[in-house]
Amino acid sequence: MDSRNSFGADRPGGRPRESGIPGTAPSLPAVPSLPGMEATIEVTDLRKRFGPAVALDGMSFTVLPGQVTGFVGPNGAGKSTTMRVILGLDAADAGSALVGGRPYRSLRHPLSHVGALLDAAALQPSRSARNHLLWLAHSQGLTAGRVDEVIGQAGLASAALRKAGGYSLGMRQRLGIAAALLGDPPVIMLDEPFNGMDPEGIVWMRGFLRSLAAQGRAVLVSSHLMSELQDTADHLVVIGRGKVIADTSVAALIAAASSGRVTLRTTARPDAMTVLANTGATVATAGRDTLTIAGLAADKIVAPLGESRVPFAEVSAHRATLEEAYLELTRDAVEFRAAAASGGPGASSPQSDSKEAAR
Amino acid sequence: MTTGSITSYRSDMRAGRDGFAQLLRAEWTKFTTVRGWVIGLVAGALVIVLLGLFAAASSHATCNGQACNHSVPVGPGGEAVTDSFYFVHRPLAGNGSITVRVTSLTGGSTSHDLGGPATAGLQPWSKAGIIIKESIKQGSAYAAMMVTGSHGVRMQYDYTGDTAGLAGAVSTASPRWMRLARSGDTITGYESANGTAWTKVGTARLAGLSPAGQAGLFATSPAYTQVTSQRLLGSGGIVGPTLATAVFDHVSLHGTWPGGAWRGSLIGGGASSVYPVQGGGYHQAGGRFTMGGSGDIAAAVAGAGNPGRAIEHSLVGAFAGLIALVVVAAMFITAEYRRGLIRTTLIACPRRGRVLVAKAVVIGAVAFVAGLAGAAAAVTLGERLLRDNGNFVYPVTPLTEVRVVAGTAALFAVAAVLAVGIGAILRRSAAAVTAVIVVIVLPYILAVPHVLPVGAGQWLLRITPAAGFAIQQSIPQYPQVSNAYTPSNGYYPLAPWAGFAVLCGYAALALGLAIVLLRRRDA
Repeated sequence: MDSRNSFGADRPGGRPRESGIPGTAPSLPAVPSLPGMEATIEVTDLRKRFGPAVALDGMSFTVLPGQVTGFVGPNGAGKSTTMRVILGLDAADAGSALVGGRPYRSLRHPLSHVGALLDAAALQPSRSARNHLLWLAHSQGLTAGRVDEVIGQAGLASAALRKAGGYSLGMRQRLGIAAALLGDPPVIMLDEPFNGMDPEGIVWMRGFLRSLAAQGRAVLVSSHLMSELQDTADHLVVIGRGKVIADTSVAALIAAASSGRVTLRTTARPDAMTVLANTGATVATAGRDTLTIAGLAADKIVAPLGESRVPFAEVSAHRATLEEAYLELTRDAVEFRAAAASGGPGASSPQSDSKEAAR
Repeated sequence: MTTGSITSYRSDMRAGRDGFAQLLRAEWTKFTTVRGWVIGLVAGALVIVLLGLFAAASSHATCNGQACNHSVPVGPGGEAVTDSFYFVHRPLAGNGSITVRVTSLTGGSTSHDLGGPATAGLQPWSKAGIIIKESIKQGSAYAAMMVTGSHGVRMQYDYTGDTAGLAGAVSTASPRWMRLARSGDTITGYESANGTAWTKVGTARLAGLSPAGQAGLFATSPAYTQVTSQRLLGSGGIVGPTLATAVFDHVSLHGTWPGGAWRGSLIGGGASSVYPVQGGGYHQAGGRFTMGGSGDIAAAVAGAGNPGRAIEHSLVGAFAGLIALVVVAAMFITAEYRRGLIRTTLIACPRRGRVLVAKAVVIGAVAFVAGLAGAAAAVTLGERLLRDNGNFVYPVTPLTEVRVVAGTAALFAVAAVLAVGIGAILRRSAAAVTAVIVVIVLPYILAVPHVLPVGAGQWLLRITPAAGFAIQQSIPQYPQVSNAYTPSNGYYPLAPWAGFAVLCGYAALALGLAIVLLRRRDA
């Protein structure tokens, strides 16, 4: 698509990954100081309250060019609020959000700096998709020709003249993508773009996001489902309760979640559990004939099982799914939310929940 | 790992132009791509025309089963005038002067004879005095000095000019001396309480006054009107002529008065008179003249005493068209809030004040065009229809006609801006539409057909945005002409541009507040 890409045109997976460690800043060196480095989002210590509720509690992260950054957290963690602050829609109580080094509200032709999709349903139902893009294009001094280009890129050519009110959610997402591409921006920011998409659309979206990153754009994609980002994101910013829990590459996050664990397949699960527990390892059931063992290396597992003549089929290093890693990270935030939603800060346990309900 | 080689994406697309024009274009595209809004706007314009034509078509002036086709005299300034009085006159050739003393002005209704109430006595603007007039033809130029029922001595000229002299009523004990002196086309009026110490009251230059004119004594008294009911499309009332009787003496003339004897003429009386007139007459005993007259010498005003129609009669549908427009204009902004589209707008145009101003400009412009088309068609076609139905249509200058038509368009434009402002403040379609209709259309509906008492209605038309309807008033209000100057007769309590300014003030206030709130609020 763009011949000036410096890398990544061969294969989407061929992008370089930086080796981040959970909880530490990304390690790409000196990116903001390079000339022409517009494709960044820098969020620094954002704080915002809605009445008594703390929405953002010191949110800080940086989105770098050339990769898809997943922005994940439970519902209500502050993803959308952060994006609205970045786009100058909401004012933060403290902190700063810069796009290419500048506050969004100071940008001229903002759509050629950032393409954003916040709410795919934000459409005038009686206006056609093409006309929706047309007024956006006119606001940036762009022509109808550019509108037709992005309609093609988003795969909407056959439906562009239909009223947007009749669009399915998946088509609206595509229309939102088209709008985000209108100004051909170096930064793309999408809030839950997979919502309402059919499997085919999800596959398309993943490939599309990766190709955008491969062109050297910074792509920030929020989701409350880590699985959606499994094969898409290179980097993850995991948030909960208004702040960053982990800022890491996908590879490092999985490695950390998998570290030191071993998966054992055995037909004699109870016997194996007893034997391994006696060695001091932590053993957990992971399936009908599967155990996950922590605190004991794979080669140290085989010997005691052999001595006790416990049959086993397979011993392998455990590889956590992204979902598992994510659930591990966000457990606190989710529990807090569940409690808060059912009875306020005072109701911190299931027991008190049921009491509330019984009254 | 080659992190250093990562090159941030740079578009090779040419950057578009960035400025207010682009914002206007975007808002224009937004407006034109929602068919319902365009249809609503066109419907608003059509409603003006249809209701206007309905009003014109249902306004018949019938005299003995036929269209009346009254001929109302037109004054030197092009305005319709009333020119009915009793005139005792002689030709005056060239320069000269006339001096009189008036010792009495009394009145009495003659409507008793016509079956009306006999309550009206001397009218505040009953008048008698001396006059120099181009000719005895109705509508010809004149200047006059007069005593009045309750407004003291006045110098009046050419139907609209009016200068106050000595206050107080005339009587034998307190007579009034008056003099008119002509020099070329300039006439100067003087007054005196005793015939020796004279004061200049005023000067009137009657452009093109011919040397041969008529000069003498006159008396007249305007119609008595009592408004009994007012409706949106007219009014009902009791109208009766009145008569004033004046006594003159010490008549002295200077200059060349070639006629030799006084003649009495009833100007504008008789059965064909539009204005209710009783008649008149005089008798002379030595140097003493006693004369009675009925009618008025003044600009014609629209009201119960006058059968004419003002051009804005066919703009009665403007309020209904305005309702359609207000709905469209409020939706133009509130629909964005309803759908969350306002965020898309503000992402595209982060300078929020400019967004709202661009919206206001676009909706104002389309409202102006719709209002202009509707008002121009309604006035042009309505005027023809009114005439075809035998109505007299008050003549107005082209400039006034432009002001009425373009003013209606401007009323639409500013009301649309007001609706956008209120829409941005309230952010809800139903609430915004209701609010705008309550502040601009409702006061009009309450005040103009006199649902409310006249006074309350007039206050509404002063202090609410409905004051802007004053821009449609084509016939001026004259303090020296008795009339029911009520909204239903087409008279607003504020002058046309003052009323329009009130509306503009509200629109500016709403838009300003909307901009402040839009800047301050999270979107």
